[in-house]
Amino acid sequence: MDFVNALVQGTLLGGLYALFAAGLSLIFGVMRLVNIAHGDLIVLAAYLGLTTTVALGVHPLVALIVVVPAMAGIGYVLQRAVLNHTLGDDILPPLLVTFGLSVIIQNALLEGYSADPQKMDAGALETASVALGPLSLGVLPLLTFAIAVAVIAGLQWCFYRTPLGRAFRATSDNQDIAQLMGLNKRHVFGLAMALALAVTAVAGILLGIRTSFDPSVGGGRLIFGFEAVIIGGLGNLWGTLVGGVILGVAQTVGATINPGWQLLAGHIAFLVILAVRPNGLFPRISA
Amino acid sequence: MPDPILKLNGLDAFYGDFQALYGVELSVHEGEVLAIIGANGAGKTTMLRSISGLITNDAAQISYRGQQIGNARPDVVAQMGLAMVPEGRQLFPSLSVEENLMIGGRVNRKGPWNLRRVYDLFPILEERRAQASTSLSGGQQQMVAIGRALMSNPDLIMFDEISLGLAPVIIRDIYKALPGIVGGGMSAVIVEQDITKALAVSSRVYCLQEGRVSLEGRSDTVSRDEIARAYFGVE
Repeated sequence: MDFVNALVQGTLLGGLYALFAAGLSLIFGVMRLVNIAHGDLIVLAAYLGLTTTVALGVHPLVALIVVVPAMAGIGYVLQRAVLNHTLGDDILPPLLVTFGLSVIIQNALLEGYSADPQKMDAGALETASVALGPLSLGVLPLLTFAIAVAVIAGLQWCFYRTPLGRAFRATSDNQDIAQLMGLNKRHVFGLAMALALAVTAVAGILLGIRTSFDPSVGGGRLIFGFEAVIIGGLGNLWGTLVGGVILGVAQTVGATINPGWQLLAGHIAFLVILAVRPNGLFPRISA
Repeated sequence: MPDPILKLNGLDAFYGDFQALYGVELSVHEGEVLAIIGANGAGKTTMLRSISGLITNDAAQISYRGQQIGNARPDVVAQMGLAMVPEGRQLFPSLSVEENLMIGGRVNRKGPWNLRRVYDLFPILEERRAQASTSLSGGQQQMVAIGRALMSNPDLIMFDEISLGLAPVIIRDIYKALPGIVGGGMSAVIVEQDITKALAVSSRVYCLQEGRVSLEGRSDTVSRDEIARAYFGVE
């Protein structure tokens, strides 16, 4: 029974990891940018959520109304002002610049919020649970998973059914030709980063409700996001959800066997899949 | 003769560090079909990429309807009414046939071309509208590439190596469709390896050789000898 429980809890945890990963996946898919600062942007969103809940006295989920557009705006400006200048044939500049950005965000958060762990208060939502046979499922993990599915379905719809998604895919396919179609690639990239950080805002708020956070935890979230993307296969959003679930299940099962093995089990699952299927389980684009 | 709509004023263009064009002077008039011929590496593609904004040059070296566009961004140039059918088609592989056409219509200029007109011109594309563009034959892909450029309702359409890599029967079909495309007053620049075809379809012809214009003339009066000299540089 413990094992089944671990499986279910791990699956729900995977929803959160998929949310960490979706933004990374989107950005890499559209502009081949590996965003090292992604984890720190998740943490930044959590702190913005914290400030919003405290300042306005609202529930963390209501804070999404403020934080999602704020992060989207930050994403657009960041892309237009900084990251667009790093993109080119060489993959090193964006890596270095986003690494620097990661350092800047961490230190700015330290300066602004101190190193003390913080947590958002979501009231009864944090402890509410529903019984499913012998299992007890937290409402928050269930909600997180449902949000993850909805976000990924929404991104999928945006990518394959809207003019914006068409612009993303065309620009991803061939930047030169996309520009000949009247697309300003700098603007398209800005919109992609805005969308990615909007998703990151959701991930950050859910993270901040679930666990305590401090300015240094971004790196770990980045790794989880990366692992989910790679397991699922590059460029496949549903694959990213599966990747998140596999990572979540591996961690939870590992923790059931021995509490110290939680992270290790996740990394081992990642390494095994990387060794057996180097392109991930459901790759869409070849890297 | 009225002012040309497109003018190259001593265009010096670079392909990386390599200078591909030296002081090229060229003009295209309203409704005119211009052929550009020349050996591989003569600078034809560099010229089209410069005009479309994919290669940045000095602003004054290219003017379009009186505006200097030598350093304009490609998306801005497209909005102004210049469209290109690139060498090797270069469709978007992750877009369906219809999506490829629709993204061409993003520029949203007014004019006669829309999905319906493109499908009327190339009926096979309507049958294949939902397929991945990569599943089409080379000729059908060229039709999509042409349709995609037309969807922007350009005033000037540029074809880079219009028949390269296509079967002769397909080339014939494409050329048969050309009058229907440029008949409506649209100007065209056609880069073509097949000199006979290029002369038959155009009113004027330019020949490039090692980055310089080696011949300029009316397509119906230039002689084969002149072309051979201009093309290969033999005396």
